Amino acid sequence: MTLSEIFSSSFLLDVIIKALVVGILVSVCSSVLGVCLVLKRHSMIGDGLSHVGYFAVAVGACAGVGGTFSMEIAIPIVIAAAVLIFRLAKREGKLNGDSACAIVSTGAVAIGTLLYNLTGGRSGDICSSLFGSSSIVTISTKDVILSIALSAVVILWFALSYKTIFAVTFDDNFSRAAGVKTEVFGLLLAVLTGLTIVVGMKMMGSIMISAILIFPPLTAMRLTKSFKVTVILSAVISAVCFIIGFFLATALSLQTGAAVVTVELIFFAITATIAYAVSKSRIRSRGKSAANGNIAEQEI
Amino acid sequence: MNLIEARSVVLAYDGRTAVSNLTFDLEEGDYLCVVGENGSGKSTLLRAITGDITPAGGKLLISPVLKKHGIGYLPQQTAIQRDFPATVEEVVLSGCVKGDSFGLSWKRESKKRAAEAMELLKISSLSKTCIGELSGGQRQKVLLARAMCASDRLLLLDEPTTGLDPASAHELYETIGKINEEKHCAIVSVTHDIQCALEEARHVLSLCRGHYYFGTVEGYRAHELHDAELDHSMHHHHREEEPVQ
Repeated sequence: MTLSEIFSSSFLLDVIIKALVVGILVSVCSSVLGVCLVLKRHSMIGDGLSHVGYFAVAVGACAGVGGTFSMEIAIPIVIAAAVLIFRLAKREGKLNGDSACAIVSTGAVAIGTLLYNLTGGRSGDICSSLFGSSSIVTISTKDVILSIALSAVVILWFALSYKTIFAVTFDDNFSRAAGVKTEVFGLLLAVLTGLTIVVGMKMMGSIMISAILIFPPLTAMRLTKSFKVTVILSAVISAVCFIIGFFLATALSLQTGAAVVTVELIFFAITATIAYAVSKSRIRSRGKSAANGNIAEQEI
Repeated sequence: MNLIEARSVVLAYDGRTAVSNLTFDLEEGDYLCVVGENGSGKSTLLRAITGDITPAGGKLLISPVLKKHGIGYLPQQTAIQRDFPATVEEVVLSGCVKGDSFGLSWKRESKKRAAEAMELLKISSLSKTCIGELSGGQRQKVLLARAMCASDRLLLLDEPTTGLDPASAHELYETIGKINEEKHCAIVSVTHDIQCALEEARHVLSLCRGHYYFGTVEGYRAHELHDAELDHSMHHHHREEEPVQ
C-alpha cells in the first residue's frame, strides 16, 4: 500500500492512526525508562525483560481462546517476571546477577517458543513476537487504550518523583542512606519496563524493543550534560525516530520495528560522530592555548 | 539513645568474617574515625550502617533520629559514574531528596541548603559544570556537599580524601571538623590517612585482623597499635588487645 492509498481509505487511516498512537507512546515510555536503565548500568536488565516479555506474550497467545492473544494473562506474568529479574540482577555470590539474568531470560525464550510449538502456533506467531507484526492491522483499540494508560503512568511517575528518580539513578547507595526507598524505585522501573515491552511487542517485536530502550538515551547523552534534558531529548528523539521509521516501513513495506531501530542507529551514529569531533577539536584548541603559554585553564 | 549502638556485631563480606564481636557507640555530635588496613571491614561497617547490608550477627541499632533525618553518605569515588549527564548543582540538590521528593522542581529551602553547602566547600562557581569534567578533588567536594544536604545529624565518609593532594586533604579535614563543631553533626570517617584524621576526631575505631580497638583519640595514641600502624608494620598479631569499653 502506498501513502496516497492510505489517506484515501478511512479504514486504513484508522489503522494508521492507531498504530501511530501506540508506537509513539511506547517509544516515549521506553526511551524515558531507558535513561534510568542505561545510566544504572542495567541495559542487560532491559534486554532480559524483553526476553521475558516474549515468554509472557507466548503464554498469553497460547492461553487465549481460539488463538486470540490475551493481554490479561501476559501482563501479570510480565510483572512477576520483572520482579524476579530485578531481584536476580542484584545477586552477589556464586551465581552472580549477570549470569542469573541470562539464565532466566534465555530460558524464558526457549520455553515460550516450545509453548507456541505445543499449542499449534505457527512459526509466524514466533516471528511476529520476536520482530514485530508484519501488518499493523493487528493493532487493536485495546492496544491503544493500554498504551495510553501505560504512558500516563510512566509520565506521571517521572513528573511526580523526578527528584527521587534522579537521586537513585545517580547513586542508589547514597539515596538509601539518605532515607529513600530505593527498592521501590527499582521494582517500579522493572515492572514499568516489562509492561512497556508487552504493550509494544505487537508492533516492534521483543528483540527490537530492547533496542528502543537504549538507543534514544545513548543518543541524548551525547547531546547534553543535564539529566533533565537527557530525559526530555530521549523521549523526543525516540518519537521522531519512530515516526520516520514507521512511514518508511509503511511506504516500502518493511518491518516496522527493524525500520525504527535502523533510523535510531543512524541518529546515534550521527550524534556520536559529532560529539566525538567536538571533543577532539576542544582538546586540540586547549592544547594550542597551552602551547601559547596560556595556563589559565589549569585545574586546581 | 545514641545515634548508633553496635552490640557484638559480626561483619562479613564475600563469605569471610572481617570483624566479630564489635561493640561501640556513636553519640550525637561525635566524631569517630575508623582506621584499619584493606579488607578489615571498614567499608562493610559503613554499608551496614546505611542499611545496604545486614550484619552477619549481633545487633546494630540505628537511632530513629537517623531514620527520620537521614544519613549523609559519601561513598568511595569508584562508585560514581563519570559519564553521567548531571551538573554539580543537580547532584548537590539531590542530597535534599528525602525531605523534598515531590514534583519536578526543588523547594526554596532545598536550594538554599544546597547553595550554603556549596559556599562552605567553595564550589559555588562550579554549579553549572558537568560532574564528569571535574577533577578528583572537586568531585569529592561536590559529593560532600550533597551529603551535607542529606543530613545534619550524621555524615558517613568513606575515604573522603581519595585523589586529593596533601594540602587539599588537610583543607577538607578542616572543613569536616568545622561541620562537626559548628553544626553539631556527627561524623564517621573511614580513612587510611591516620595522622590527619586524628587531629579532628574524638573517638577511634581501629579494625585489624578480626580484632579491634575502640576508644578516645588520646587512648588510641597511647595504644601500642598506633605505633604499629604508623610503621606500617601490622604484620604481627595483637593478641593482647581487648575491646575497650
